[in-house]
Amino acid sequence: MAKQYETVIGLEVHVELATKTKIFCSCSTEFGGAPNTHTCPVCTGMPGSLPVLNKQVVEYAIAVGLATNCSITQYCKFDRKNYFYPDNPQNYQISQLYLPICRNGGVEIDTPAGKKTIGIHEIHMEEDAGKLIHDEWEDCSLVDFNRSGVPLIEIVSEPDMRSAEEVIAYLDKLRLIIQYLGASDCKLNEGSMRADVNLSVREVGAKEFGTRTEMKNLNSFKAIARAIEGERARQIELLEEGKEVVQETRRWDDNKEYSYAMRSKEDAQDYRYFPDPDLVPIMISDEWIERIKAAQPELRTEKLERYKKEFDIPDYDAEILTSSKKMADLFEATTELCKKPKKVSNWLMVETLRLMKENDMEADDLSFSPENLAKLIELVDAGTINSSVAKEVFEVIFKEDIDPNKYVEEKGLKAVNDEGALRATIEEVIANNPQSVEDYHNGKEKAIGFLVGQTMKAMQGKANPGMVNKILKELL
Amino acid sequence: MANIISDETMEYVGILAKLELSEEEKEQAKSDMGKMLDYIDKLNELDTSNVEPMSHVFPVNNVFREDVVTNGDDRENILKNAPGVKEGAFKVPKTVE
Repeated sequence: MAKQYETVIGLEVHVELATKTKIFCSCSTEFGGAPNTHTCPVCTGMPGSLPVLNKQVVEYAIAVGLATNCSITQYCKFDRKNYFYPDNPQNYQISQLYLPICRNGGVEIDTPAGKKTIGIHEIHMEEDAGKLIHDEWEDCSLVDFNRSGVPLIEIVSEPDMRSAEEVIAYLDKLRLIIQYLGASDCKLNEGSMRADVNLSVREVGAKEFGTRTEMKNLNSFKAIARAIEGERARQIELLEEGKEVVQETRRWDDNKEYSYAMRSKEDAQDYRYFPDPDLVPIMISDEWIERIKAAQPELRTEKLERYKKEFDIPDYDAEILTSSKKMADLFEATTELCKKPKKVSNWLMVETLRLMKENDMEADDLSFSPENLAKLIELVDAGTINSSVAKEVFEVIFKEDIDPNKYVEEKGLKAVNDEGALRATIEEVIANNPQSVEDYHNGKEKAIGFLVGQTMKAMQGKANPGMVNKILKELL
Repeated sequence: MANIISDETMEYVGILAKLELSEEEKEQAKSDMGKMLDYIDKLNELDTSNVEPMSHVFPVNNVFREDVVTNGDDRENILKNAPGVKEGAFKVPKTVE
């Protein structure tokens, strides 16, 4: 019988914190500036410059630690991790090795076999590196230090995951917690959340872990799932051939669906960590922790319950609406404006999800404003536009966030509620379609649908369907 | 000297520090490092079982900055320290992992 293998996975998740400034200097963290326009002597590692810690970074790290059931290290400090690479201007990265700010936590995920806790070994604070661009024309690399010093937390899990599904569930859980806390937007495709996968395989029932590899360059949930399947298969194949898995770092190429060895253990780096003498220790008092606990915003589970209770939203809908912070924020802001939670939920659950699917978008990519959706809902409620016109207008709001009041006015999309005009059109439709009229009188209820359709066509879709029905029946 | 630094250790430290030393310099460095380790051995004679490990020489903690942007675009000055400049970036020898 073929051997049965089990996959053992642990994750290192880097999250870029949503601070305005870098971790050790007052440079902006804004994304997309021209190269090196957000730099100073500190984040370019100039001799004699002194780092000063951003308090907000500590607060975010504590908030994430509390929300993931970690204990907070009340006396913690920074260490230097030494290595040479041109994106690292100091030749060391300021990180935490000996006393990371959070330890021994965990989050609960749902699996087909029920609830499971994924342990969090530690969370530490560190700085991001710069960006290297390889010049295509000249034999050189170009360094942009705008990202150098952007604050990160690294969340190190225990090797508790056994499948790609569990990994995705864990990442999704972390993402939601951190987004709801406001500590990061956690966008995998933009790199504000990055996951390195440590994976090994062993025979089912074995006590010892197999030799693991670390995979980098995973920037979507789909890529992570494919990389896990690919690496599992590669390792099993090696073992079946009687070869050994080499402990190494591999880079996943999602286009080729294969991973390449980046560096192996033989040239593994010796980071020579030591305490950073430029930074003083951090003492986190009980009061400080309590303050952060008290200020914790509503997290997903509480929000879900509240939507059900406060707005009478069904279970499934509440799940979807809270499945990303962006969606929940849109729902709440729009509801606040128009006071019609059911209708807001309906627009988000039906049309918004449909358009997201069609355009292969995530909730975070949504760019329309609550104001314009609220206005659209008011327009439909007031009978100013009918529901089919409203769907068309919504598509434009979805794409370009236009003001529906103006748009409806400019394009002449207002529903015709003028009974005289409607009556005249309907009389004409009846006169032009004697067959349908006869069918209707012969008991073919469906015939009326055709006549409504003809009327709507004649009115360019702007008639109030309720009124059309009423007048038609009356005239017939 | 109680601590003898081997040639292999010397080689390894040289690689880590990206230093190329002459034979003479290597011998000098080996002797210096041996003496440093001897001194550490001396310190190890002290009983520190009741002493908290010190992580900083100053009795200061919690030095923070508020999260407010005060630095502007100082690229021109920053790039004055670059070994080479191209398209607003530091130009370095091609480095691919």
